[in-house]
Amino acid sequence: MDYFNPVEIMERSELEELKLRRLRETVERLYRQVPFYRSKLDEAGFEPGDLRGLEDLEKLPFTTKDDLRDNYPFGLFAVPMRDIVRIHASSGTTGKPTVVGYTANDIRTWADLVARTIVAAGGTPEDIVHVAYGYGLFTGGLGLHYGAEMLGATALPMSGGNTKRQVRLMVDFGSTILCCTPSYALNIAEVMREMEVPREQVKLKSAILGAEPWSDEMRRQIEEELSLSAHDIYGLSEVVGPGVSIECAEKKGLHVFEDCFIPEIIDPGSGKVLPPGEKGELVFTNINKEGLALLRYRTRDISRLMVEECPCGRTHVRMERITGRTDDMLIIRGVNVFPSQVEMVLMQIPGLSPHYQLVVDRVDNLDILEVQVEVSPQVFSDEIKRLEELERRIRDEVQSYLGVGVKVRLMEPRSIQRSEGKAVRVIDRRKI
Amino acid sequence: MKVRQVSIFLENKSGRLYEVCRCLAEAGVNIRALSVAETADYGVLRLIVNDPDAAMRAVSEGGFTVSETEVIAVEVPDEPGGLAGVLAPLYDANVNIEYIYCFVEKSGSSAIVVFRVERIDAAIRALQDGGYKVMREEDVYRI
Repeated sequence: MDYFNPVEIMERSELEELKLRRLRETVERLYRQVPFYRSKLDEAGFEPGDLRGLEDLEKLPFTTKDDLRDNYPFGLFAVPMRDIVRIHASSGTTGKPTVVGYTANDIRTWADLVARTIVAAGGTPEDIVHVAYGYGLFTGGLGLHYGAEMLGATALPMSGGNTKRQVRLMVDFGSTILCCTPSYALNIAEVMREMEVPREQVKLKSAILGAEPWSDEMRRQIEEELSLSAHDIYGLSEVVGPGVSIECAEKKGLHVFEDCFIPEIIDPGSGKVLPPGEKGELVFTNINKEGLALLRYRTRDISRLMVEECPCGRTHVRMERITGRTDDMLIIRGVNVFPSQVEMVLMQIPGLSPHYQLVVDRVDNLDILEVQVEVSPQVFSDEIKRLEELERRIRDEVQSYLGVGVKVRLMEPRSIQRSEGKAVRVIDRRKI
Repeated sequence: MKVRQVSIFLENKSGRLYEVCRCLAEAGVNIRALSVAETADYGVLRLIVNDPDAAMRAVSEGGFTVSETEVIAVEVPDEPGGLAGVLAPLYDANVNIEYIYCFVEKSGSSAIVVFRVERIDAAIRALQDGGYKVMREEDVYRI
């Protein structure tokens, strides 16, 4: 299968028309039915009729996570509650969770989007889709599940955790596509090794990995250890959940399904739209959603858009894999640090284990960044001087990349907590 | 001529040494000699045991990072100048010593010195030419 829905290869001109029509409908509907958007648009002096072309999108106000919190739980829904058939919520690490609602049509649209992502990752109706994302309020599990069923594949609702059982059933049921976070994929590979499962007993051919930032180095490791093709999937519950964008076989950026979402890249400081190719904050506008449709939602994810044609035939624009967030950014002695940068450096040092953790502390008003790395048998030596060389090498490489001093601590294997969902990469002990 | 030393990575926190020794005890491994090299954050425990294979297995199953290193064990007279004497041929042969540790044999008449060197074959030759008895593997494990 080349694609799931013909809209994926629609001519650009036709796609632009479809986007404009849907954007107009969305803005009119939100103006009529959501008091929050009516007052926001009024404040901006914008009437739905002012929307003449797609270029007028940048005149619309932004929506932020705070707007969703302020209207907790259902304040931004654009339909009466009797039309809402499903609620999801994002894991609220701070304050109230972010609540989203779907109509029956939304659930179908979403399943269609996810089916497109599974096909882009090489899936067909013959596949057994092993869904190891968490089921529940988190959109990961049920999102992939409905997509697999929409495709006509077999959904295996594993949810996260109990990794040995995951591996056993993967072998017994012949799972062919693994869906989970990239760090959990590595965890599964590690458990497979411990259980001494021969690779030929595992039928996996591809993996659909997302929900946390990862690097190309990590992809290489996952693909090598599990011998499969790993595809980055992107999504966030506020916009729909997984299925906003996906890497095709080319693996050069993720196709954003523009018939449902209009992506923009903005300067996070000024809010100005940046030209294609420039790096900035990713912003999405829902144009094919009933229950909750957001205008220019600020994701805090950092990416850039690639408008060049893709050899896969999909006409939809691609976004670069997320390289960081404007808000998991650590500021260490005034320097911006993204955990993904540290990961990239670590994965380039041969033999180093992919399990790492950053501990930030403030001692005498000075920020200390400690990089904790597990010592694998490949890098271990009986000579202290070799271990010190290793520490020094990690420290120098991380420091030169980040531009900030770090302390490196070598740890025993398995002493850094394993993730059964999103890996905990940063422990911030600073009291600011 | 070469003796297998078991080296184990230990984080500097309470209970880790106990945990390694517990793994070895459960596997019925007897420790012949040991030394610890430490930094502020971690240490390396180096062991000569009666059964290196069993020790490697037990410790690695216990979740530790472990490796095997080849070292040399030499019998020297347990008297003043004993260690200096054995170092002379190595110095003459320009063999650099990474680390050493010693233990006294049960009979008490001689001491055993464990060497970790970079050029192990050159070291063995130099010691033998100097008239020292480089111990056979089996004899060390059996001490």
